[in-house]
Amino acid sequence: MSQTSKQFCTFFLNDLFFGVEVLQVQEVLRCQPMTRVPLSPPTVRGLINLRGQIVTALDLRHRLELPERDAGSQPMNVVVRSDDGAVSLLVDEIGDVVEINDDVFEHPPETLRGVARELIKGVYKLKDRLLLVLDTERTLNLSTPPVHAGEQNN
Amino acid sequence: MAINNETLQQQLIKDLIIESNEGLDRLDHELLALEKGSGHPDAFNIIFRVIHTIKGTAGCIGLGKIEAVAHVGENLLSLLRDEKLKLSLPMIAALLAYSDALKEMMRSLEQTGQEGARDYSPLLEKLKQLQTGDSASVAAPAAPAAQCWGLYDDEPAAPEKTVPAAAEKAAPVVPAKTAPAKAAPAEAPLARAGGSISDNAIRVEVGQLDRLMNLVGELVLARNQILQFTSESKEPTLLNASQRLNIITTELQESVMKTRMQPIENIWAKFPRIVRDVACDLGKQVRLVMEGNETELDRTIIEAIKDPLLHIIRNSMDHGFETPAARVAAGKPAEGVLLLRAFHEGGQVNIEISDDGDGINVGRVKQKAVEKGLVTTEAAGRMSDREAFNLIFLPGFSTAERVTNVSGRGVGMDVVKTNIEKIGGSVDILSKAGLGTTLKIKIPLTLAIIPALIVTSGGERFAIPQVSLLELVRLEVEQARKSIELLYGSAVYRLRGQLLPLIYLNRELKLKPPGAEKSSEAVQIVVVQADGRQFGMIVDEINDTEEIVVKPLSKQLKGIACFAGATIMGDGRVALILDVMGLAQYAKVISEVHDRALGDQAKKAESVGVKQSFLVFDAGRHAHMAIALSSVARLEEFPRRLVEQAGGQEVVQYRGQILPLIHVGGYLPGGAVSAPRDPMQVVVYTESGRSVGLVVEHICDIVEETLKVRLDQRRAGIAGSAVIQDKVTDLLDVPGIIRAANADFYPATKEHL
Repeated sequence: MSQTSKQFCTFFLNDLFFGVEVLQVQEVLRCQPMTRVPLSPPTVRGLINLRGQIVTALDLRHRLELPERDAGSQPMNVVVRSDDGAVSLLVDEIGDVVEINDDVFEHPPETLRGVARELIKGVYKLKDRLLLVLDTERTLNLSTPPVHAGEQNN
Repeated sequence: MAINNETLQQQLIKDLIIESNEGLDRLDHELLALEKGSGHPDAFNIIFRVIHTIKGTAGCIGLGKIEAVAHVGENLLSLLRDEKLKLSLPMIAALLAYSDALKEMMRSLEQTGQEGARDYSPLLEKLKQLQTGDSASVAAPAAPAAQCWGLYDDEPAAPEKTVPAAAEKAAPVVPAKTAPAKAAPAEAPLARAGGSISDNAIRVEVGQLDRLMNLVGELVLARNQILQFTSESKEPTLLNASQRLNIITTELQESVMKTRMQPIENIWAKFPRIVRDVACDLGKQVRLVMEGNETELDRTIIEAIKDPLLHIIRNSMDHGFETPAARVAAGKPAEGVLLLRAFHEGGQVNIEISDDGDGINVGRVKQKAVEKGLVTTEAAGRMSDREAFNLIFLPGFSTAERVTNVSGRGVGMDVVKTNIEKIGGSVDILSKAGLGTTLKIKIPLTLAIIPALIVTSGGERFAIPQVSLLELVRLEVEQARKSIELLYGSAVYRLRGQLLPLIYLNRELKLKPPGAEKSSEAVQIVVVQADGRQFGMIVDEINDTEEIVVKPLSKQLKGIACFAGATIMGDGRVALILDVMGLAQYAKVISEVHDRALGDQAKKAESVGVKQSFLVFDAGRHAHMAIALSSVARLEEFPRRLVEQAGGQEVVQYRGQILPLIHVGGYLPGGAVSAPRDPMQVVVYTESGRSVGLVVEHICDIVEETLKVRLDQRRAGIAGSAVIQDKVTDLLDVPGIIRAANADFYPATKEHL
């Protein structure tokens, strides 16, 4: 019935397939030179210069409590818009932009644990795999929930 | 089309609101001046024009109520303008109430889009009455304020009594029922005649200026990048072009900054009215004197200090001044003076708010602080007066015996302090019992583009804002081993006899140490100041000074107090800007030791009276001359080939400016300009934002000496002589030489002393 559909910018993290709504994505960039920020929360990887705009880069693997990226591989930047200006999410690899109907959407299963429970809005059941949709607002907010809350609770 | 009409209408309303608020402030201002008897000769014309415009515009847009209200006042004003009526005090009160009514409708229009439901007919009735001369008070002559009448004079019937009671209800904002105390006029900007400004000025939206400023920021970064490239190139056309780009960018940056500059008068204009009203409320007599109205500040800063200033003024009105009776009893004039003073000094703006009231009662402040549990009794007992004054800035502190509707709720002064510190400023209190209190505020000129020192630590670059920078000290390996001492693990250095706490920047920021920390490298100490306390930061490398564009950090990084923002360097990489104050707190070099810092300062102030530092140099045929180190901005070396000609004068490009050069030797008695050596040694002298380079033969030494000047030897270019390092040394008359060489350096209006 409800044949509304959304477009998602997709990317890979530790072989998981993620997506954010295309309207929230400003641009996608190759690995950029980065300036570390001492004393910052560990999720913050550094600052990049995006044509004169200073953008904070967050390591999405760390944010989602996934294992660290191999030292050799270079992350890609998915720059998303937020109320507070643009923020870059570091991901392993960029996928396609896909258009998906709302009727294959489902809320995350109850068994999903830890920080993923907070940050994943839902799941789209695609033909061959599942697309995890990220709640960008929560992902960018590092103060609530604390990154390590999941570990402590379990 | 309907939508277009809609937006046009909204635009018109917006313009009306902006224009009216400005106009009505002006009206208040002129009325208060008239009340004082020192009005502008053209005042009624100006006021009339304001009201006429409001009425006309409101009528055009179909705001009937505003038009109707404005109309009644216009009639009265036109009679006054044509001198058919004389201004009386009730008229002033009524016109002020009338101005408030219009402002209220504007506010309502801004917030709700409606003119508001309030009924102004009693006020209008009164205005009409005043026109026809019905009211008995109209007959009263326009009282020059010098005439005795006011709160504490014995004239029994205040003329307001004739006012219909309803009028009071209509104008609750103005305390029309109390007789207005003599409100002070501002040192009125009389020269500004009403209409002429609009002929050569246009209104620009602030957002547009902000965008322009951002773009210039980008351009400055791009320029820095290009200059870095071309400095290695040998192509003359490219070099020329990049130099031109450099100069034009600097000029553009300055011009755009200027467009954002506003005279502080813009916020001060409201103060006479506020002081008058508050004085009426409190039954006090206060005259407001404002100096330095034209002092300019960046508009973001103007916005930021508006509320703190207002709060300080209210506070001082409430707690600072005594009642007229108490003042007379203390042998002071019944009327108190509130002085607002603004001026530029050393790249900062100083604002002083002084009252000649009773001063701060140190005992009571301490007692209150102890009662509220802010300090312990012992701590309070040990405190110096100055520290005790600073207790006022603690959160939750209020010395007011009672809460008034003006101030005294225990919120405020701490907020004032935090707000001012947020924009990189500082507040200080001075007070003398019985004589009054002065608040000194220092704030930076602008926040957008600032000069900064770039340093490297732990492999990262950091920018340190120049305002918190005091000096740089370089210690060779041997020297460092001897002079950096450890006190229970914390490093200190003896800087001219004072212990300077040291922090290792890379350790504080948890950065990895460079190759070998205790290597054969010399130690670089950046001496900085935060909250009146000095400390040294040990860094790996000192790179350069640069103009940086300050960009805020995103919210993920807001919690880190050590950084004030970030900037983009010439190579396109991002560098963090250190917040010296935050770093000092993080590294715990200030806070507990605060009282020591104050003690040190007092000690230093004493010693300054005895000893002074001098720079000793040779110039032309005069060997061993000196100038006070305090007037030296920097020492530089320039190769001869960098010298260019501009306006028949030798200049060099220096830190984004054109620096005129003066060959000191040529202005000294019997001195001929000998060919200067290459590279030239230059003493950079800076005064009120302008700089000149004094070319000297050779810079010898910096010495600290007791000054014994014999001024009778004053000659051209020489201010006197003193014995320095056991030699008789001529002191250079820097202003004299600059005047002789470059007449334009000192603005014509200000005679340099």
